[in-house]
Amino acid sequence: MKSTKVFLALGLGLLAALAATGQTTPINGAGATFPYPIYSKWFSEYNKLHPEVEINYQSIGSGGGIRQMTEQTVFFGATDGPMNEEQIKKAPGPILHLPTVLGAVVPVYNIPGVDASLKFSGKLLADIILGKVSKWNDAAITAANPGVKLPAADIVVVHRSDGSGTTYIFVDYLSKVSPEFKEKVGVNTSVNWPVGVGGKGNEGVAGLVKQTPGAIGYVELIYALQNKISFGSVQNAGGEFIVASLDSVTAAAAGAAKSMPSDFRVSITNAPGKGVYPISSFTWLLFYENPTDKPRAKIMVDFMKWALTEGQKYCKDLGYAPLPKEVVALETEALKRIKL
Amino acid sequence: MKSPSSRRSADDRGFRLGTGFFALLVVLLVAGIFWELYRTSQLSLAKFGFRFWTGKTWDPVSGEFGALPFIWGTLYSSILAMLISTPIALGIAIYLSELSPRRLRTPLAFLTELLAAVPSIVYGLWGVFVLVPIVRKLQVVTPDWLKKVPLFSGPPLGVGMGAAALILAVMVIPFTSSVAREVLKAVPASQREAAYALGATRWEAIRAALRFGRTGIIGAVILGFGRAVGETMAVTMVIGNNPQIKASLFAPQYTMAAVIANEFTEAADDLYLSALIEIGLVLFVITVFINAISRLLIWSVTREVKAQVPKPTATVAFAAPTGGGQ
Repeated sequence: MKSTKVFLALGLGLLAALAATGQTTPINGAGATFPYPIYSKWFSEYNKLHPEVEINYQSIGSGGGIRQMTEQTVFFGATDGPMNEEQIKKAPGPILHLPTVLGAVVPVYNIPGVDASLKFSGKLLADIILGKVSKWNDAAITAANPGVKLPAADIVVVHRSDGSGTTYIFVDYLSKVSPEFKEKVGVNTSVNWPVGVGGKGNEGVAGLVKQTPGAIGYVELIYALQNKISFGSVQNAGGEFIVASLDSVTAAAAGAAKSMPSDFRVSITNAPGKGVYPISSFTWLLFYENPTDKPRAKIMVDFMKWALTEGQKYCKDLGYAPLPKEVVALETEALKRIKL
Repeated sequence: MKSPSSRRSADDRGFRLGTGFFALLVVLLVAGIFWELYRTSQLSLAKFGFRFWTGKTWDPVSGEFGALPFIWGTLYSSILAMLISTPIALGIAIYLSELSPRRLRTPLAFLTELLAAVPSIVYGLWGVFVLVPIVRKLQVVTPDWLKKVPLFSGPPLGVGMGAAALILAVMVIPFTSSVAREVLKAVPASQREAAYALGATRWEAIRAALRFGRTGIIGAVILGFGRAVGETMAVTMVIGNNPQIKASLFAPQYTMAAVIANEFTEAADDLYLSALIEIGLVLFVITVFINAISRLLIWSVTREVKAQVPKPTATVAFAAPTGGGQ
């Protein structure tokens, strides 16, 4: 008797749950892990404003996001590096890239007896990663850092072992400032590193750098800020040494806005302008320009309008650099390309 | 109406078909895995052919892929791990089954088996925060004359082949030791009694038991080896992830399982993805190969036993149930 009631209650509960999901419109997306915290914040905030909209996001990596867009198993994708020509050709139709927030990559290091924030020019950073500069007291490092006493310790390069957008941004920058790096290593989410050891994830790289005397590595700006890891400054295209901050990263995007291509597939590493941090990048959401499911597309367009305006104010708390208003204006215009 | 005996034989047939189906599932699963790996790595198979097995470059940017450093890293780390873990695991097994006081037996066995239940990410974290700094200290105090030996050359990074082999050894010990312990427990008491009756010492009696159970013990070691070959997370956290072929225990290297886990999610390019899947295929082939060798080893050992000691009573005892089944 009692168990019948329990079953009845369960059944009713199930029905209620079914009815509830019947009202909402679930939309599935997948892709980059780097913007996952801000995206999940956005989706949950947007769900509070519009309870009928439920957006699910799987942070499976940029590569997976692009692949699932190509296979049409998700409604939208996300990536830290824009799709290349080959990937665009394979896609079922035109894909719209929309920058959402900005990230940056910073050099972190551990030199026994040195607390000062070191200055790195792009070429110096490239030569260190290539293994050409292999001692901390190399003339190239001491010349850029007058007044800092550097030991004759070996440099241990630490890089990401997992494929990652962070690596993509970092090597994209190094390839722009060093032709030699471009030729020997090149740009991808994983590359064939000439020297060094690999750590898994930001935490793996930061952990190895912290443990290994003489180590240098690179992590996301957010990771360094949240874990209070000090990092070096990098010389931008104008010759200034800039310590990465949310403002200097947003400045990089503003600098790039003038020459923004219409498809937003742009690298903003080594961007021109004053006060610009050079190892910065957009992260993108991917949409089909000719979606088959019009009602869902309409919801996503509305969501994007919100994310580009209201949504941007959540960025700083989570450590992301917000988009500059020039870019927001361009994107609001570009949203019209999604055929509803 | 059916007679009871015919109903029973129908039940028998049904049972045989049912269990046979489950056994067939395993075959289908293995064949399915092989076929799927083969099919999805076509692009890489066609482009590189056998060069994939011998190539030393892994360059996702230029699309040049060779698996040799990963094959080397996997086999080298696993073999080193077996060299470290096998004596320890067998020591544990022998102590637990032959020598330990009865009341210590259960808690000790429980603790060794508990090691097998620790998730590999926990081993990995322990490796990064405890083992690697210790290994680095050892490397720093390594005298210069020893560093000239290729096995100990290279800068003191902490992460590398040595750390990976040590962590693998710890992870493999419970597998090898618990199977070896079961094998020793299964050795008939008559074996030991016979040895003692002939005036054997305790050590000699244990040796006789080990000899009796050696096929099972080889099986236990192979099981541990299989575990070491496939381990991913803990290894990638301490091995340094640099695809290079070095004999040095200090050098960062890479394994097959680790590169798949690390690079699969972000491999957007078709050839790149296909090459990673081919690494999986290579790992599969090597695992099959290791298992085949272990079968051969066990087979040759049992044949030797049969040739040496013709045991008519034992043969009858084993043959009886087979005859009844037919």
